[in-house]
Amino acid sequence: MLADKDRIFTNVYGYQSWRLDAAMARGDWDNTKALLELGQDKIIDVIKASGLRGRGGAGFPTGTKWSFMPKEPKPDRPNFLVINADESEPGSCKDREIIRHDPHKLIEGALVAGFAMRARAAYIYIRGEYIREAETLFAAVAEAYDKGLVGKNACGSGYDFDVFVHRGAGAYICGEETAMLESLEGKKGQPRLKPPFPAGAGLYGCPTTVNNVESIAVAPTILRRGAEWFAGFGAENNRGTKLFQISGHVNTPCVVEEAMSIPFRELIEKHCGGIRGGWDNLLAVIPGGSSVPLVPAKDIMDAPMDFDGLKAVGSGLGTAAVIVMDKSTDVVRAISRLSYFYKHESCGQCTPCREGTGWMWRVMERLRTGDADISEIDMLQQVTKQVEGHSICALGDAAAWPIQGLIRHFRPELERRINERNGNGGDLAPMQEAAE
Amino acid sequence: MADAPTIPDEAETRARWGAFQWNDDSRAKRDAILARYPRGREQSASIPLLDLAQRQVGAETQTQGWLPVPVIEFVAREIGVPYMRVYEVATFYTMFNLAPVGRFHVQVCGTTPCMLRGSDDVLAACKNKGLIKGKTTPDGLFTLTEVECMGNCASAPMVQINDDNYEDLDYDRTVAIIEALANGQTPKPGTQEPGRHTVEPKGGPTSLTAMVTENHDYRGEWA
Repeated sequence: MLADKDRIFTNVYGYQSWRLDAAMARGDWDNTKALLELGQDKIIDVIKASGLRGRGGAGFPTGTKWSFMPKEPKPDRPNFLVINADESEPGSCKDREIIRHDPHKLIEGALVAGFAMRARAAYIYIRGEYIREAETLFAAVAEAYDKGLVGKNACGSGYDFDVFVHRGAGAYICGEETAMLESLEGKKGQPRLKPPFPAGAGLYGCPTTVNNVESIAVAPTILRRGAEWFAGFGAENNRGTKLFQISGHVNTPCVVEEAMSIPFRELIEKHCGGIRGGWDNLLAVIPGGSSVPLVPAKDIMDAPMDFDGLKAVGSGLGTAAVIVMDKSTDVVRAISRLSYFYKHESCGQCTPCREGTGWMWRVMERLRTGDADISEIDMLQQVTKQVEGHSICALGDAAAWPIQGLIRHFRPELERRINERNGNGGDLAPMQEAAE
Repeated sequence: MADAPTIPDEAETRARWGAFQWNDDSRAKRDAILARYPRGREQSASIPLLDLAQRQVGAETQTQGWLPVPVIEFVAREIGVPYMRVYEVATFYTMFNLAPVGRFHVQVCGTTPCMLRGSDDVLAACKNKGLIKGKTTPDGLFTLTEVECMGNCASAPMVQINDDNYEDLDYDRTVAIIEALANGQTPKPGTQEPGRHTVEPKGGPTSLTAMVTENHDYRGEWA
């Protein structure tokens, strides 16, 4: 188990104050000027060497992303850092804890990362529903300005850097980076076609990097403790520590920072009090937030919780939002509810996603009650394949994958419901019972 | 869309809201909002200003607030963009109410992580207290909406009522919160689980135990 001294977010549970003086006593803003004096290229090199991969889901190497920004920004086209705090992926609840309990880690990270990518300012885009969390963040930014930590001559480094907070208003799609930029410009959050990529033309047409809250907030600690320290956790290519968020049918759901690549069983036993009803009662797990396919119990139990380990079992780490389902779960309903989520959140821009998410949800609802024909399972599978990859952003893919995972692993359950409803299920072996 | 709100009669809203202006408090907030964006990029303020306007409408009507068409027009004039550019924003984002709501907007999260932990019971409690999805109670106190993931998954199920979240709910706790609000009391926001602080495992944290009682500085233990 990760030792407490190696945890980055020491106030993640909010037992202590988030305010500046308390955060400084824990080690935040400790001679940040010295970190900046490493120089832009050195900071990026350290982040690259640490092996940090983006914590927002896609897992792109963070240092490499920073290095895409123009080295000599033009005065009329400054570089911008946009921090993605639009945490809306079902299952994800880590950025909220960072923002309301350790906001100064994020603000210090914004300065360090913004400096490294030669940005003029950072916009922190926080989802609108995080109302109290945004209040904390606004207050924390004001504290940092008061003490000269950000703003003109930030931390006495001679570098001018502003941090602004922007509240969204309830749209999952704004977590997609180009939709977020549209929303920041005051428009509907509909994703842009790429290219041009944000590093070339992003916010207000200027070079922009969009990073997840956690990716930014860990940067100062990595610089203080060194790339080797951070790279000492997790398997090759999956380095570092990570906030895991475990919800669903475990005895004690929680958010906890652990080393990457921790086996699923160890994570659940150490922090979540085991599976409700014991390990034999585990049905399936969605290991990375709603957008990744579910994994049946036998495959997940000893899988390492990291990007590559979960890819090997046909899923992904995503945001490390672990949704656990025991055998009392109506698994078809659980996935159907996610289909409803994507139907609700599709921005309506691309036809395959706009029409497909609604269509898939309606078929899922019929499969839930068995009011369907066996052949419709294959039809649904085909439609998910037609939605996947045919939209501007990944929401279409995200809507398709959970259904594909369900069909791959629980096809007998879908068939059982159909047969049962049609009155010819008598000779089939009983499968799991529905929760209702 | 079946769940689209019924937008109130335009002549009536125009008579009531046609002269909408910022009050002093909102005007100061508007200035702070506009200062965050570069000159010439006032459109960026559309979401924050709509939120501000909705809150002011809420304060004037003793509800969570909503956005009558004349108020949306007012916001469009404030940032100098065509009405449609702001109207489409108001309709795109779910936190903007296009029709009046009650004093307390009860937003129950029904997405899978909450569903697994019993959001059906939360909705049942609301129903048995007379709350109907998409409707406001006759006394004008409660509007019930089922919303999508609110990001409180480790303390699910949850409900957001106006600005506060109530987490770790079950049937009885939901009833208690609704009754307290109806009686003019202010229930404690956050987790309703006795003994739980925030999102640590129930029964006490399995890590960072030194932080419970003191603002522990771990730097001395760094090797």
